[in-house]
Amino acid sequence: MKIAVTSTGKDLESPMDPRFGRAAYILIVDTDTLAVEVLDNAENVNAFKGAGIQAATMINDKKAEVLLTGYCGPNAFKALEAARIKVGGDVSGTVRQAVAAFSDGNVKLVCEPNAEGHW
Amino acid sequence: MIISIASGKGGTGKTTVATNLAVSVDGPVQLLDCDVEEPNAHLFIRPSIRETKTVTTPVPEIDLEKCNQCKKCAEICRFRAIAVLGDTVLTFPELCHSCGGCMAVCPEGAITEKGRELGVLEAGAMNGVSFVHGRLRVGEAMSPPLIRAVRDRTWADGLTLIDAPPGTSCPVIAAMKDTDFVLLVTEPTPFGLHDLQLAVEAVKILDIPMGLMINRADVGDDHVRDYARAEGLPILMEIPFDRQIAESYSRGDMFALAFPEWKARFREMIEKIETMTGKGAGAQ
Ligand code: SF4
Ligand code: SF4
Repeated sequence: MKIAVTSTGKDLESPMDPRFGRAAYILIVDTDTLAVEVLDNAENVNAFKGAGIQAATMINDKKAEVLLTGYCGPNAFKALEAARIKVGGDVSGTVRQAVAAFSDGNVKLVCEPNAEGHW
Repeated sequence: MIISIASGKGGTGKTTVATNLAVSVDGPVQLLDCDVEEPNAHLFIRPSIRETKTVTTPVPEIDLEKCNQCKKCAEICRFRAIAVLGDTVLTFPELCHSCGGCMAVCPEGAITEKGRELGVLEAGAMNGVSFVHGRLRVGEAMSPPLIRAVRDRTWADGLTLIDAPPGTSCPVIAAMKDTDFVLLVTEPTPFGLHDLQLAVEAVKILDIPMGLMINRADVGDDHVRDYARAEGLPILMEIPFDRQIAESYSRGDMFALAFPEWKARFREMIEKIETMTGKGAGAQ
């Protein structure tokens, strides 16, 4: 299964980025092989609005089924929901730790946005 | 002639100036309150409202039966108000700026427009002052289309006064754009000066002649006046801090009606602006 993890760097040892839309990178990780595909989110980081919507589109295009991140605002959540991507919020540590926690069933999938929108 | 009355920040007495000006002129005058987030000119003018109209802005509606998920709509939208996610297309109406781009590029004709309610426009009159304002729906952030709807009521002859929202962002530009003169209301304090400088820069970009009105002119210091001199901005009028004026304001009255000498001063200011713009009150 492919999962998306918001990250401050480009590999599995990087600390996670708690932000979704404005994360530095989003890593698409294959939970079976731990193969990593790096999505550079630089363009979204500076977006005025709608960064989360764009990021949701990006990980949907990569066929990720789950997103592990820190906070997720209402618009991004709506987009993720429409794409049927499940969200693990309040996740922290390195990307490798997050993926392991998810594989072990230790990440609670949230059904509500846990951050205010950026107005 | 259209005069917009603006200020870099709220609380400088912009509405006081706009309403007192409106009741000071003799000829036909209309007051358009474009501060749609917090309209308050009506509290002083107290018009009888004769018309109430809902104002909407067009946002896209997607027919998923016709859509082929080509993503052209999402790619052209600068505001990220459309996202194509698998076989669904999601719209975020509150982010949409109604540019029409998505409808224009959709190859399948899958996008039509529907109206999203922004607020109401109310129009009326009081003692020869024609009055229009907009009230933005609570929680709504998209005010420029409502401001434009209010400004569409600008009449062809006579004097139009626009009470612009405070600040220097999009709504203010929507209110000041294409007016003949901008009257900037400020206070002679360091904060007043800072916000005034931002407002002056915005008006310069719009290339509209402007002048200053200094409110509470006897508090603060001379920096605003020094700045005006350096920039070549005419100071058209100064209103001192005056107990009687403050009291009439707190009662919701217009002091130009209570004190004829002030009415005459407001009228003189309009004449100065007419001379500066080369337009009579009647000309547009
Ligand atoms: S009308 Fe313009 S702003 Fe609105 S969704 Fe379409 S492209 Fe985006
Ligand atoms: S442009 Fe039209 S056809 Fe293409 S994804 Fe958007 S709505 Fe669907």
